Amino acid sequence: MNSAYSEKQCIISGVGQSEIGRRLPRNGLQLTIDAVKQALDDAGLSRADIDGVSSWPGQLQHAAPGFSPVAIGDLREAMDLKLSWYNAGYEATQMSAVLNACLAVASGQARHVICFRTMTEASSMAKGIRSSVLGTGSQRISGTFQWQLPFGAFSASSWIALVASRYMHEFGATREQLAQIALTARSNAMLNERAIYRDPLSLDDYLASRMISDPLCLFDCDVPIDGSTVIIVSHRDCAPDLKSKPVHIEAIAGPLYGRDSWDQQADLTRFAAEDAGKMLWSRTDFRPKDVDFAELYDGFSFLTLLWLEGLGFCERGEAAAFVEGGERISRDGQLPLATHGGQLSAGRTHGMGYFHEAVKQLRGEAGSHQLAGERKLAVVSNGGGNLAGAALLRRE
Amino acid sequence: MGPAPELDELNAFFWTSGADGELRMQYCDECHYWQHPPSVCCRKCLGEGIAAKPLAGTGTVGAITVNRMPWMPGLKVPYILVIVELDEQPGLRLTSAMPGVEPGAVQIGDRVKVCFEQREDVWVPFFELLS
Ligand SMILES: [Zn+2]
Repeated sequence: MNSAYSEKQCIISGVGQSEIGRRLPRNGLQLTIDAVKQALDDAGLSRADIDGVSSWPGQLQHAAPGFSPVAIGDLREAMDLKLSWYNAGYEATQMSAVLNACLAVASGQARHVICFRTMTEASSMAKGIRSSVLGTGSQRISGTFQWQLPFGAFSASSWIALVASRYMHEFGATREQLAQIALTARSNAMLNERAIYRDPLSLDDYLASRMISDPLCLFDCDVPIDGSTVIIVSHRDCAPDLKSKPVHIEAIAGPLYGRDSWDQQADLTRFAAEDAGKMLWSRTDFRPKDVDFAELYDGFSFLTLLWLEGLGFCERGEAAAFVEGGERISRDGQLPLATHGGQLSAGRTHGMGYFHEAVKQLRGEAGSHQLAGERKLAVVSNGGGNLAGAALLRRE
Repeated sequence: MGPAPELDELNAFFWTSGADGELRMQYCDECHYWQHPPSVCCRKCLGEGIAAKPLAGTGTVGAITVNRMPWMPGLKVPYILVIVELDEQPGLRLTSAMPGVEPGAVQIGDRVKVCFEQREDVWVPFFELLS
């Protein structure tokens, strides 16, 4: 395997997370600084050591309130950071903050890079703004959303529900099978005092819940939060100087080989997750069978099914059968998923939260929700539709 | 149901096509290829000889959902959203809706035809059951 790949020079040296909640009394920048301080302390670094910041999608304060309220410039100014390299941008894969940090560190542009993702969607919603629902104003729509919003397809719940309906039709998947993603997340969240939803959830509760966009119900959709997650990507040569146990980035990928569209791809039920799987496994000698647990994107439960297939944990069309009954994806199963409760029950940290959780699990520091046994290799995935990124994280 | 698109030089033909009751998309005569959304060239041959051409306006329901969430004040729910597989070419699709059709009255595989709703200077292509 090509040891010159950028990510193989990199480790995750520190992780941090602010309080995660529904309507917190702290703003996005304050939450971000909370998470940065924690990550620095975790790594044993000071802010003077930080010479890079990487983020996705960059500040989108006005376009989508609460979705990405913090600019890199805000953080740099507030913490007086001296940056050799910094980058954020919307036209990039959801995992680009971490992927770009690896490129920067491996090429010598920076040595310790803060990657952050901050959301204040819960507070925005409380003010009556649905940040994740576009086009509800009176303005005209341009760009790719014109192919959804004028028809009344306002929310990602509908875009994904459409594809889920097709998947169920083609492969005979059922709501009872899909429910296992939500039920597994909830049972893990019950062990995690930082999760948002911790009440027991039964299959009957799931089946009886309010439908949002058929076949997706309330429990198939993740929960908007206020909160910030930070990981620090460092050069692996720094490992001996750190307080933390290093977690290696064995492979990372964020490709898009198909159409940049939610409805024109060659096969309607194959998202870019499949592309990410292909590229990820081309950058490592490890194989899906070597993975000890997976933090797969569950912004909607259905996306997790496509990730299971895209990353090769099961065959095409078999993900629903793979999760049936829930045993295989439970904490004691062959492939534990959503070990902190996922975005479905622990909150929409929008991708970065899975890195935080995977690092904690790999180090054996997940506390009340730590998995039993030795856990050396984890997959993290981000995104749905035309956005897909995946990373393979490895403990020494 | 939903905002109108901003018309520009690329998309105007699509969004005003319903004025004469026809659905149009870009077609490349060289490749015999339909493409959507519209672009400046054919994505197969990169030729610029692509032009708006009428489709039959018929297709098959490839995916369906019933949106039940009133995402904004005044939005009447539930309503049906569909992805229609257009007859002209495998994989040529349109995300759309079937206003006025009862949830449960349509399923994947049903045959549909286009119908238009005028919104100011825009004609939004919706679908109805082909009977
Ligand atoms: Zn052509």
